Amino acid sequence: MGDKAMTADEAVARLESGMTVGIGGWGSRRKPMALVRALLRSSVTDLTVVSYGGPDVGMLAAAGRIRRLIAPFATLDSIPLEPHFRAARESGTLELTEIDEAMFMWGLRAAAQRLPFLPVRAGIGSDVMRVNPGLRTVTSPYEDESTGLRETFVAMPALRLDAALVHVNRADRAGNGQYLGPDPYFDDLFCEAAGTAYVSCERLVDTAELTKTAPPQTLLIKRLHVTGVVEAPSGAHFTSCAPDHARDEAFQRFYASTPWTEFAGRFLAGDERAYRTAVEAWHEERR
Amino acid sequence: MKTSMTSGARGGAVTRAEYCVIACAEAWRGDGEVLASPMGLVPSIGARLARRTFAPDLLLTDGEAMLVDSEGAPEGWLPYRQHLALVAGGRRHVMMGASQIDRFGNQNISCVGDWHRPTRQLLGVRGGPVNTVNNPVSYWVPGHSTRVFVERVDLVGGVGYDRAAAAGPTATRFHRIPRVVSNLGVFDFATPDHAMRLVSLHPGVTVEEIAAATGFELSVPDAVPYTRMPSPAELESIREVIDPRGLREREVRG
Repeated sequence: MGDKAMTADEAVARLESGMTVGIGGWGSRRKPMALVRALLRSSVTDLTVVSYGGPDVGMLAAAGRIRRLIAPFATLDSIPLEPHFRAARESGTLELTEIDEAMFMWGLRAAAQRLPFLPVRAGIGSDVMRVNPGLRTVTSPYEDESTGLRETFVAMPALRLDAALVHVNRADRAGNGQYLGPDPYFDDLFCEAAGTAYVSCERLVDTAELTKTAPPQTLLIKRLHVTGVVEAPSGAHFTSCAPDHARDEAFQRFYASTPWTEFAGRFLAGDERAYRTAVEAWHEERR
Repeated sequence: MKTSMTSGARGGAVTRAEYCVIACAEAWRGDGEVLASPMGLVPSIGARLARRTFAPDLLLTDGEAMLVDSEGAPEGWLPYRQHLALVAGGRRHVMMGASQIDRFGNQNISCVGDWHRPTRQLLGVRGGPVNTVNNPVSYWVPGHSTRVFVERVDLVGGVGYDRAAAAGPTATRFHRIPRVVSNLGVFDFATPDHAMRLVSLHPGVTVEEIAAATGFELSVPDAVPYTRMPSPAELESIREVIDPRGLREREVRG
């Protein structure tokens, strides 16, 4: 088994401007923020970002790195509206492919299964069809047993990703990723839908340790889908990463209420270590 | 119908927020063994009340990935991937919010203004498009006004009756909007053309007040009852068990 351990900066160095990048987690939950912060330190830009959006989308949008966003929402959960996503939309600087939460999932599934699309009963009748004029429909070749009709569905196109970025609780150096919280979200699916996948984790452990205390179904991500593994303690900060750490609600409120340049200048000018130090100092000040 | 504003339960008169809780809870009456998916505080209190009283077969989540009983103890696992698949199976009744809703129940939580460059970006469509054509979707509006109850929504996320009909049988087959609850009253679409109808007034509200706060012509029957009172046991559940901190009074004032 190859050793895929690398730093966040090394992972991001493999990304290129113009790529389609999927970002795991959901809203402000288990987002690969250390990888996003590394991305913000790089010069990679002009991205198509595919995300159940949270502050990953907000920060990348605020920094002008997103050409197109494919998402059903962007939220901070405890703060309903992501402020920088909102600002980018209202200033017209963000191209958006707005699709439904379920369409998004089936798009990833289609990509993971190397299908061009999957039929979904979603979108039809809504303005998702109006704002995505490229969406096509497909008529069932089979008559429905109860209605006798051949129904027409939305053909959700595959959401193929050049790269996926996800954050999990534990991983080994080969790229096996483990989640220990209540919800896997769609992180395995992001990795399966991507040409390359980078998994950050709270702690890198030996393979044998993964199942010492946790059941086997916590092993979410298989190494055959993974390109690089990054140890990033508190790597989801300030989003939640149960059970390792809860969302840093106070800091999220600060993020949401602080002008981007001021926030980025104070917290994102240095590396990940500098970020953690700056966050600790911020919490100290408030005591 | 006459409705007393006072109750026998501890803590005094029934508040507007408590009528809203009852009106939301009633949305799930008779649904059987399905997932109740409330968005927002008052619908969540309503769903828990329904589960504890007249709809004991309902399933509820903890807001994340666990299904919990009425005491909050886990009884099942429902991560997002299963939740989104369950929507398509139909065993679910969701109560969503609506930043805008129109006469035929089209709903918008995505943005205000032209979608291409909105004057106000909101959440995004979220699950509205898939929810509305797969399982019953009710709505909750804590601030009934002409800005929410509009002639035309700026973006159709949740599909209404007219748009579903125009889209054909794939959209209409499982489409149903059982009710809309606002801080002023309860509404449904049980009219020949599925236009929104006033079902009940919360005590203290008049038909004129609702008409003035609604941006389209509402179907109003000759006699409009008041929203029913909570029973003493229901009121005790709301006040002592489900929401002892009274958070409901922050979502609905008066």
